[in-house]
Amino acid sequence: MSEEYLSLLKYYRDPKLAKAIKIKIDELSRKIEENVMIMHVCGSHEWTITHYGIRTLLPDNIEVRAGPGCPVCITPATDIDDAVKLALDGVVITTYGDMSRARGTKMSLQDAKALGGDVRIIYGVQDAVKMARKEPEKEFLFFAVGMDTTAPATAFELLKGVPKNLSFLVSYRYTPAIQGSVMESNVLGIDAFISAGHSATITGLKPYYEYFLRSKKPMVATGFEPIDVLMAIYMILKQIDEGRPKIENEYTRSVTWEGNVKAQEVMEKVFDLEDGYVRGVAIFPKAGFRLKDEFRKYDAREQYGLKDRSKTADEYVAGARCGEVVMGLIDPPECPLYMKTCKPDDPKGAPMVSQEGTCWIWAMHKIVNVAPRCKR
Amino acid sequence: MCVAFPGKVIEINGDFGKIDFGNGTIRDNILLSLVNAKVGDYVLVHAGYAIQVVDEEEARRSIEIWNEMTRELPKEKRIQDFNEVVGRGNE
Repeated sequence: MSEEYLSLLKYYRDPKLAKAIKIKIDELSRKIEENVMIMHVCGSHEWTITHYGIRTLLPDNIEVRAGPGCPVCITPATDIDDAVKLALDGVVITTYGDMSRARGTKMSLQDAKALGGDVRIIYGVQDAVKMARKEPEKEFLFFAVGMDTTAPATAFELLKGVPKNLSFLVSYRYTPAIQGSVMESNVLGIDAFISAGHSATITGLKPYYEYFLRSKKPMVATGFEPIDVLMAIYMILKQIDEGRPKIENEYTRSVTWEGNVKAQEVMEKVFDLEDGYVRGVAIFPKAGFRLKDEFRKYDAREQYGLKDRSKTADEYVAGARCGEVVMGLIDPPECPLYMKTCKPDDPKGAPMVSQEGTCWIWAMHKIVNVAPRCKR
Repeated sequence: MCVAFPGKVIEINGDFGKIDFGNGTIRDNILLSLVNAKVGDYVLVHAGYAIQVVDEEEARRSIEIWNEMTRELPKEKRIQDFNEVVGRGNE
């Protein structure tokens, strides 16, 4: 990587620039006077906000809350249960490291591994394809979790052709549908949205338009550096001040209106959208991916006769309030288990597992207090 | 899982490419077929595949806009105040 390229990153963390934007944010917040609650829907945004202390920089009437965006957190426990069962039955389970640590209703894939299951951590679907090719005598399963960012590579491999001994347990969720539903619902009282930058890199901003038309809530897609997030907040406040809500793009170096069309085409050839359950929260219309009929033979649910229970509600460990954390209704310290029985090295709930989980992020930053709030 | 790293394409073999992430990290199995990348381009890599070609020019433009913003600020003094608090080490 060139020095020149790396030096670009410095700008995105430039304290002088941050201060300049903060001054603008302060000015606007005084002008607006009203409380503004902004929701973001990406674990990486939560990391930036928490790590760089952005919440503490914001004026009293501006609040940023973490919404449903952590792939591990939203994966239904019943899907994890299915993968665990198959691991114990002798199927080689391939998945991402974070996912292997999230518990289903009884145990995690790591627990299944300790009991003798063959659970392998991979970094991309192509690793699973390679492994399955190398060991044709074994049955492999790829636990396909994540959002729009992880789905296209899987679709690509399926189109190209995967070995017969590899099946897919698809649990992908479509971010625009989840964010869109939250935008349209007034239950949480969210005034504006920061959209997930890498998900929007794939989907583009176009799919958000229909939700925007109905909700008329400001929305800015942004990157993951502190300057990106501050800029997004500034842009949102400007929209509110001017009384002109719109869809804006701060992350122009990656996000476009149309998105990654190539990736979208590949996804559309392989998946259909159906209602998708977000763990501990609700079923969101058109938020789940399902393999199209011609790829059903690779569907682990068909192959192993798994009852598709992804639409049914599931429970967290007794007393845990994971679902409320995932929806931004409460902060992690409000959960009675947070940092008591549920810790990063022994997570009880999914938000404490992943680097994208709000509880994990807050725990790693040793935050024990509730964030300042302007509404509720 | 939403974290993506930029890297430079140094070689392309069919669907896959060799990507230099800097700091001596080079991976040769990054799926490049979902973007239109050439050798020498910078790509944003997520979960083993490139999700986007990063436009360096565009990145630079964004930076200029932000710099513009700093410049147009009438509160030059506030920036000076900030420098005193944060120090000038980052310049």
